[in-house]
Amino acid sequence: MSKLPDAKMLARSIQYAFPSAPWMKTKPVFNPGSFCYPAKEETMAGLGMPNPHTWNPAEEDWKLPPDWEDIIYTALKDRLEKYRSLKVFMDICVRCGTCADKCHFFLGTGDPKNMPVLRAELIRSVYRRDFTTAGRLLGKIAGGRKLDAAIIKEWFYYFYQCTECRRCSLFCPYGIDTAEITMIARELLHELGLGIHWIMDPVSNCNRTGNHLGIQPHAFKEIVEFLCEDIETVTGIKIKPPFNEKGHEILFITPSGDVFAEPGIYTFMGYLMLFHEIGLDYTLSTYASEGGNFGSFTSAAMMKKLNAKMYAEAERLGVKWILGGECGHMWRVVHQYMDTMNGPTPTCMATPKSPITGTMFHNAASTKMVHITEFTADLIKHNKITLDPSRNDHLTVTFHDSCNPARGMGLLEEPRAVIKAACNNFVEMPENTIREQTFCCGGGSGLNTEEIMELRMRGGLPRGNALRYVQERRGVNTMACICAIDRATLPPLANYWAPGVTVTGTHELVANALVMRGESKRTMNLRQEDLPGVEEDE
Amino acid sequence: MFVSLLAVIGLGGIGWLIAPYAPYLFGVILPLAAILVFLSGVVWRIKNWGNSPVPFRIPTTGGQQRSLDWIKPARLDSPFSRAATAWRMLLEVLLFRSLFRNTKAEFKDGSRLVYWSSKWLWLFALVFHYCFLTIAVRHLRFFTEPVPFGVGLLETLDGLMQIGVPRFYMTDALIVAALLFLLCRRLFDQKIRYISLPGDYFPLFLLLLLVGSGICMRYLGKADIASVKAFTMGLATFAPISPAGLPSIFFIHLLSVTTLLMYFPFSKLMHMGGVFLSPTRNQPNNSRAVRHENPWNPPKKYHTYAEYEDDFRDLMDEAGLPLEITPEQAAAAAAKE
Repeated sequence: MSKLPDAKMLARSIQYAFPSAPWMKTKPVFNPGSFCYPAKEETMAGLGMPNPHTWNPAEEDWKLPPDWEDIIYTALKDRLEKYRSLKVFMDICVRCGTCADKCHFFLGTGDPKNMPVLRAELIRSVYRRDFTTAGRLLGKIAGGRKLDAAIIKEWFYYFYQCTECRRCSLFCPYGIDTAEITMIARELLHELGLGIHWIMDPVSNCNRTGNHLGIQPHAFKEIVEFLCEDIETVTGIKIKPPFNEKGHEILFITPSGDVFAEPGIYTFMGYLMLFHEIGLDYTLSTYASEGGNFGSFTSAAMMKKLNAKMYAEAERLGVKWILGGECGHMWRVVHQYMDTMNGPTPTCMATPKSPITGTMFHNAASTKMVHITEFTADLIKHNKITLDPSRNDHLTVTFHDSCNPARGMGLLEEPRAVIKAACNNFVEMPENTIREQTFCCGGGSGLNTEEIMELRMRGGLPRGNALRYVQERRGVNTMACICAIDRATLPPLANYWAPGVTVTGTHELVANALVMRGESKRTMNLRQEDLPGVEEDE
Repeated sequence: MFVSLLAVIGLGGIGWLIAPYAPYLFGVILPLAAILVFLSGVVWRIKNWGNSPVPFRIPTTGGQQRSLDWIKPARLDSPFSRAATAWRMLLEVLLFRSLFRNTKAEFKDGSRLVYWSSKWLWLFALVFHYCFLTIAVRHLRFFTEPVPFGVGLLETLDGLMQIGVPRFYMTDALIVAALLFLLCRRLFDQKIRYISLPGDYFPLFLLLLLVGSGICMRYLGKADIASVKAFTMGLATFAPISPAGLPSIFFIHLLSVTTLLMYFPFSKLMHMGGVFLSPTRNQPNNSRAVRHENPWNPPKKYHTYAEYEDDFRDLMDEAGLPLEITPEQAAAAAAKE
């Protein structure tokens, strides 16, 4: 990875200027740092993906299969027949340009093809020429262009510079959703054996070991037990979470990133402490140890394949419902795809009911999966847990809405209710950067990889800017989130754009404030940093 | 841009110079064919969209979901029921709510992004569409006898300012202003200019020709209304009479309508029908409460727990994880085979 330029310099260097050559004539240059590393041939082959091969985006020849044009043509035709969304979105764009400056990648790079409208035109132009009468007759005048290898490269370049955040879709007068177009474009690229390492490796791991990080069952258990030791160090309470046990009421599934890396592990510890304190009858599973779904960044079929484990495991263990941890794209999948793809739910499952408050989660009556902030917000509302927010008084907290829960679910107030109960100092970022208008962390949809760090920082500019604003004006020093990818991508983003701001999961804040029965006096937080102003008892 | 401009100038030329000499072709045959093309084209396009499956329920949520009792849901932007979704659609179609959200991002002091509210496009788009509707309804005067009360009322309202003779219609000025705004945006906003295709300029030029020729006829050229109406009533009653003798400007006007009708179903103008079918807007946000069926849902294929346990049985056993089949049982089964 090359060294990042100074943040202010980078921001000042961004120009929204347009080349004199029309966009059909300009082509991307594959410099290091502008693209993600390709998926390994054996990974793709192992997953049964079509046309696995070894290739390098920086080289001229991508070693496409000889009949690649047919493959693309057939695949596009197939998707047009299967998705009304694609067909309508290909046909009705009027190029009003409203979406242009809504995209974080356009705002951060100034590259015209990062305007959602042009990103879609990359495919739309091919569609027009080969699938519409006007395009067949008039060609370029009707906005069509002939498919060639350079267009495939362009697709790869720009559909891996879209994080499927749907911000453009919110502003589009027809609701044209670039996420939908990107998902399908990536499916087309995968038909040619073109994928990226950072997505396909986790997919392969998840398929076999049950989680993206490839943690094997015994290791998964060990890591969690290790985290429990840390909990004991901080609280004096011993927790022994159940694994793969039958006969519990609830199956808890969260992204594996939460058990693996800082700061996610503190959020995971937060879940365990909360469940222990309320005496929740739950189990973890090593088989379904992944809430996230990098399959959703690959294809609908892969999304379905990885997601199927959730209900399969719920059925095997005989649980009544599933509780899901903090994660962005996981919740897009759970909320909008899971039930359709892998439902109806196993017969052992029932409409989720909080065993602590008795609240029925009718909004999850069919999927039977509840978001942890819905669950915790309900606990707090019913005074079923005791929180001492003053323990978080040294923090001034803001909240980063993840794209998927915001625009693919509408989960906005629940996390805020939880954070406000756990902290006394809560500040919102500017209104055009939060809630349904939230900006991406710059690394969603499987782009949270190191080799494109500068690109991520550029994509993260609008978020970084908003964070910097509240840091300077309101003294914000902590950004909470409800997403495992955020917990991986926001710390470098904050370091770059707003140094000094710490990133935390929402349930880390909860656990730090949580007053537990039989706990020893808290002198440090879950990160084992001393709490200011608290003296250890002699 | 120039291709579109030339095409529209060419159309004007045909209307001006050629059409008056082939009145029956340009006055009767083409307009009737255009109506046929328009109706069948629009129906075909909408049926084509409507018949394609909607595999997933993917509304773009613009507000709080319905979850816990004490959290107020955004009924319009995150609609839970069909009725609320219908309201969302209705307001989208009638008031362009999504466009109303529009902002403009700009760097301030070199490195700070700020977002300004930006409603000009919303305003002029709304003005254009409603003026076009009003003008279209006003034109019913030419196709009905007696003229319905509503049409007369609309004319009165439109001409409320009572300027000049014939009375000046506000919509005539407004629609020209709106079209010019939309055109200038395309020409002078770098972003929009860069993304614009011939198919984006053509309808604007065509509409300007249409509106311009109409205005000329009403306020300047003064076409003989009685003979125009005799002709249009002929079309409306399918007893067409030749428009021979009507001025050239009328032929320009008629030819631009004819072109618009024929062009409409095969162009981006179909956004009028497509907006109703947009899956991110016309679906309720209730996918966890009510299961959505995918008509082509493929069979489930996944790495099963049994396969997983086979892979890791011994390690799981050592770690004390519960098993379906113990290593001993697995060994015994393997020995049997």
